[in-house]
Amino acid sequence: MASHSSSDGAATAAPPRAPDLSTDELQRYSRHLTLPEFGREGQEKLKAASVLLVGAGGLGSPAATYLAAAGVGKIGLVDFDRVEASNLQRQILYGTSDVGRPKLEAARERLTDLNPHVEVETHDVRLTSDNALEIIDQYDIVADGTDNFPTRYLVNDACVMTGTPNVYASIFRFEGQVSVFATDDGPCYRCLYEEPPPPGLVPSCAEGGVLGILPGFIGTLQATEVIKLITGIGTPLIGRLLMVDALDMNFRTLKVQKNDDCPVCSDNPTQTELIDYEAFCGIPSSDSSQNGTDDVSQIPEISVQDLKQRRDNGDAPFLLDVRKPHEADIANIGADQLIPLDELEDRLDEMDAEPGSEVVVHCRSGGRSAKATELLRKKGFDAKNLAGGTLAWSDEVDDSVAKY
Amino acid sequence: MPDTQTRTATVRIPTPLRSYTDGQATVEATGTTVSDVLSDLVQQYSDLQSNLYTEDGTLRQFVNIYVNDDDIRYLDGPDTAVEDGDEVSIVPSIAGG
Repeated sequence: MASHSSSDGAATAAPPRAPDLSTDELQRYSRHLTLPEFGREGQEKLKAASVLLVGAGGLGSPAATYLAAAGVGKIGLVDFDRVEASNLQRQILYGTSDVGRPKLEAARERLTDLNPHVEVETHDVRLTSDNALEIIDQYDIVADGTDNFPTRYLVNDACVMTGTPNVYASIFRFEGQVSVFATDDGPCYRCLYEEPPPPGLVPSCAEGGVLGILPGFIGTLQATEVIKLITGIGTPLIGRLLMVDALDMNFRTLKVQKNDDCPVCSDNPTQTELIDYEAFCGIPSSDSSQNGTDDVSQIPEISVQDLKQRRDNGDAPFLLDVRKPHEADIANIGADQLIPLDELEDRLDEMDAEPGSEVVVHCRSGGRSAKATELLRKKGFDAKNLAGGTLAWSDEVDDSVAKY
Repeated sequence: MPDTQTRTATVRIPTPLRSYTDGQATVEATGTTVSDVLSDLVQQYSDLQSNLYTEDGTLRQFVNIYVNDDDIRYLDGPDTAVEDGDEVSIVPSIAGG
């Protein structure tokens, strides 16, 4: 099909040009050049290749570091965050002195210092349906290390549509997944997971936590697959999902089949353009149109400023925290009661508010509390979701509340 | 061996769902099909119900079930036969980076 016809830049294809390696480079890469399976040819393929890392965080840090050290010719980075103190436990591209700086500025410095022969291209934007095709099309291979479901689906679909192989990795707590999607004949992410989970059901790393070293080795596994695709050595994880459990230190691969009815990568796709991925993932979004695709988008909200105002006016509504108790130890905005989301349904009788009364629900960023708000409304409470959670409270009301 | 004999499978519980299985990474469950095995699992740990199934009782689409290395969507779905000693894995989508 047409969307696969432009994928000649990756995998086993010969490099478009055979770049000369300077004496400096020959010395730098000598341990590659003496690898029989790799040699000068492999190194030249790396130099001719371009790789886009989506997300310069936990996975992107080790992936970018090793790909730069290995001598990939052009490394693109997409990220719009600034370095936060809570990143440093795992995002090894950054140091303490980088806190507050744009990630890509710090990343460029670090990578260029590591290997001046690498061209570092920074895309300081949020990847969206408006810019994804144009950005991804500039690269031979994508390495998806983002931290959210909407971007995962966006990256997948854009890779399929531009014929760009997608080396996928994701992490949660002590667990990681790696695979290679959107190659000519292989499956895509949609073949594996046709639909995203409803918001709030799968906690983010920020909510659920992540062992700092986990993205360190999952990101290097991801970079390993990138290098294999570029140089054509070994057997890439096409049609296989590597599942890693760091606690048991268990590595397994499961089969991933290409879905003949895949809405995006099958021979007769039902979706041929990028869509609104926030809406697809059921996430309430101020800039996505409220077209009622999912009733989660209809959940009433209250802003942190409005809550603050009502407290100042002595008209504070009952505030329920649905995070885990250890999260309240980190950041507390004075909730009247804490019942974790996953216990809420069973502990409704413990609520210190009566059905029918007004309840504002909060969590860290607003995802879990949206779920809880929906539940409480079904049970007859006049519940509202605190938009943005403790993060928004810290940004807009009280910066002494820690962001985690 | 008659086909209806109950078999014991090891169900692998992924990290995100372990809070519903008292932290257990694997749970032994019995049944002749994937559907039976998961029913037995949910009987043992009822909090898993809403994470694995929608309200109308079908498996959630973002949760893939594997018997050994194979996705049951490409076998016989929930009716996929389970043999004694098979490993049934719950593989949810995760998105952290």
